Amino acid sequence: MRSPRSSASLGSRRDGEDLVVTLDRDSAPRVLFSGEDLLLCDLPEGTRVVYPPAPMAPVPNRRAAIRWALNHPEGCDPLHAKLRPGMKVTIALDDISLPLPPMRTPDVRQTVLEIVLELLADCGVDDVHLIIANSLHRRMTTAEMRRMVGPRIFAAFYPDRYYNHDAEDPEGMVTLEKTDHGEVVAVNRRAAESDLLLYVNLNLVPMDGGHKSVGVGLANYESLRAHHTPATIRASHGYMDPARSALHRSTDRIGRVIDEHLDVFHIETVVDNRMFDGPAAFLGKNEDRYTEIDRLALEALRFSLKKLPRAAKRKLFQAVPAGYEMIGCFAGKTEPCHAKTLELCFRQYLVPVRGQSDVVIAGIPYISPYNVNSILNPLLVQVMACGYLFNLYRGEPIVKKGGTLIVTHPCPDEFDPEHHPSYIEFFHRLLPETRDAMALEKKYEREFAQNPSYVHLYRKGHAYHGAHPFFMWYWGENGRQHVGRVIVAGAENSHVPEALGWEHAETVADAIDMARGHHGRSASITLFHAPPILMADVGA
Amino acid sequence: MDGRAAFFDVDGTLVGTNIVHAFAYYALNEGSLRSTALRTAATAASAPLLWGLDKLSRKGFNHFFYRYYRGMSEDRLRLLADDLYEDVLSGAIYPGALDLVGQARRAGCRVVLVTGALDFTMGRLARRIGADDLIANRMEFTNGIATGRVVPPIVEGAHKAQRIREHCVEHGLRLDQSFAYSDSASDYPMLAVVGRPTAVNPDLRLRSLARAYEWPIVELR
Repeated sequence: MRSPRSSASLGSRRDGEDLVVTLDRDSAPRVLFSGEDLLLCDLPEGTRVVYPPAPMAPVPNRRAAIRWALNHPEGCDPLHAKLRPGMKVTIALDDISLPLPPMRTPDVRQTVLEIVLELLADCGVDDVHLIIANSLHRRMTTAEMRRMVGPRIFAAFYPDRYYNHDAEDPEGMVTLEKTDHGEVVAVNRRAAESDLLLYVNLNLVPMDGGHKSVGVGLANYESLRAHHTPATIRASHGYMDPARSALHRSTDRIGRVIDEHLDVFHIETVVDNRMFDGPAAFLGKNEDRYTEIDRLALEALRFSLKKLPRAAKRKLFQAVPAGYEMIGCFAGKTEPCHAKTLELCFRQYLVPVRGQSDVVIAGIPYISPYNVNSILNPLLVQVMACGYLFNLYRGEPIVKKGGTLIVTHPCPDEFDPEHHPSYIEFFHRLLPETRDAMALEKKYEREFAQNPSYVHLYRKGHAYHGAHPFFMWYWGENGRQHVGRVIVAGAENSHVPEALGWEHAETVADAIDMARGHHGRSASITLFHAPPILMADVGA
Repeated sequence: MDGRAAFFDVDGTLVGTNIVHAFAYYALNEGSLRSTALRTAATAASAPLLWGLDKLSRKGFNHFFYRYYRGMSEDRLRLLADDLYEDVLSGAIYPGALDLVGQARRAGCRVVLVTGALDFTMGRLARRIGADDLIANRMEFTNGIATGRVVPPIVEGAHKAQRIREHCVEHGLRLDQSFAYSDSASDYPMLAVVGRPTAVNPDLRLRSLARAYEWPIVELR
């Protein structure tokens, strides 16, 4: 009988199961994502494994919770008191980058819209536009837009009154005054010229929401340049902890200028971390506690994945929506509303962890915020490792300064030319020249941002903006500055890891040997068992 | 040298017409019924040959095709060029073409049309698009009558690349920072000579070339 030892004083699930366990000689192999594959890895005795908390209990009645939030907002009058007949209202919505993977229908945004639109109609407000706050992300496709708001709202608003934000429309942006730090503040014209701007947010991680919603989601390249820089990311002590993030301090300054000029009413929703449920629920469990059914499901899934080509595996995974449930809804003024959201978000994700590790292992899954219905290309693999997974902490990073990050991914040299055309040039032309984020920013960022082809593909196609691959590289900057080395296990080629500045190993065991060669046999090892999402609350 | 340019092929790239459409318009409106009938019949009869030539060599096609202009009056052609723009070309501009050219201008590029069509045919279109320069073929006229030969070297294929290179030297533009846009694999030299090529509404051959060289692919239709 396998019986993992547990760190009893640290975080535990509500059912009593420990979230931080230490592996012993008899522990079961751990399951790690490696792109569209699942690896089974025997990890050394003494390895600490940090698991995600169980999903929190959803609100019992989603519609009632939303109505209550609209009627009891933070720091301002209820929504109905702000409405008057004939006024001009814009509703901005988070785009498809949230949540991951897309949730089962009805999407929380659809539920919020159904309630808000009914209220607007009852108050005689007819001039209503729905704008997807996609910032410099790709435009959502028609099918994705329909799925997000449901067929009834889609039919009533698309395409004239339901559309994607266009940050490159010369007539479509308004520039407000600069912040006291000289940051450009630019907002979508329709939103800026409305009597009331409602922002419907879906908060997945603490990085999202708050001033970032309007200040980034409806901004343009010039405004984003204020904070989407390597210097800002270096100065951000973890961008999942807004209180210690220079990125958030900048977006807060921008957001405050926006709030002075616009009447913004936020509706923020928080979802749990139910990324996998049903037969895939085992992916969030401690492997030592797998039931026979879990083991069968794992073997069946691994067998199927082995038989399928990568494109089919990708389709398979992307076709399965997540069973996210809403655990809270808050509304009102930006800052008091978002404070409530953050509190709940941290409650869902934080796992108390004692001390940092010399070596941290993490599996890179098939999805990131930037490849929904697309390919996790090498730059996105990089942003998942050095950006998102590294930054999923509060307090101190889970890996020690100068430590080793081991990730698992096949790293195919594969890009989606429709969604990521500028990434291709960035990866193959720029990275071989330099990986220095400062040099890349100075020498090439504006050139890519202004490339007429990339601008056109962003505006008329479904491509990320020409500057976006730079932001992805900067996003990994504090991870790169902090860790001593990144080793990718299971890469199918050597040139992709080398282009990213990573070392590569055949297996996780080989990668651990390489790490121990540097840190010594007694190096502490932690497996960060995500996804589902968790955040390490690292104490001394 | 720190300026840059965006070089646009025209037929099939920015507009949905080609040099045959222009010639057909001139032929149909030449003035007398007899000459109209003769030119139209001759062109129609040569259609299979022209198609084959185009597939074989765009340069050969252009050389051969411009012979059909022989005997046309320069005055008449210039007059008809205005009508051609109003009746045919203005309505054939692709929906995204003006946006793309506008984006090139906002990026600080000098906008240059590079086309195998005749200069008088392209004049109005170039002004509408807001081009700074036009590199096009010029028909040779003797005593105001077209000879059916274009002034060499014909603007096509490798010569487009040569003209682009010369244009950059002449205007102090950086070739490696400049953009080129075309719809056809026959324009591979023009695309390959600049630092930032893009395939626009590409044919099958150009699409596979663009994929192989990782050039962006843009649809303007």
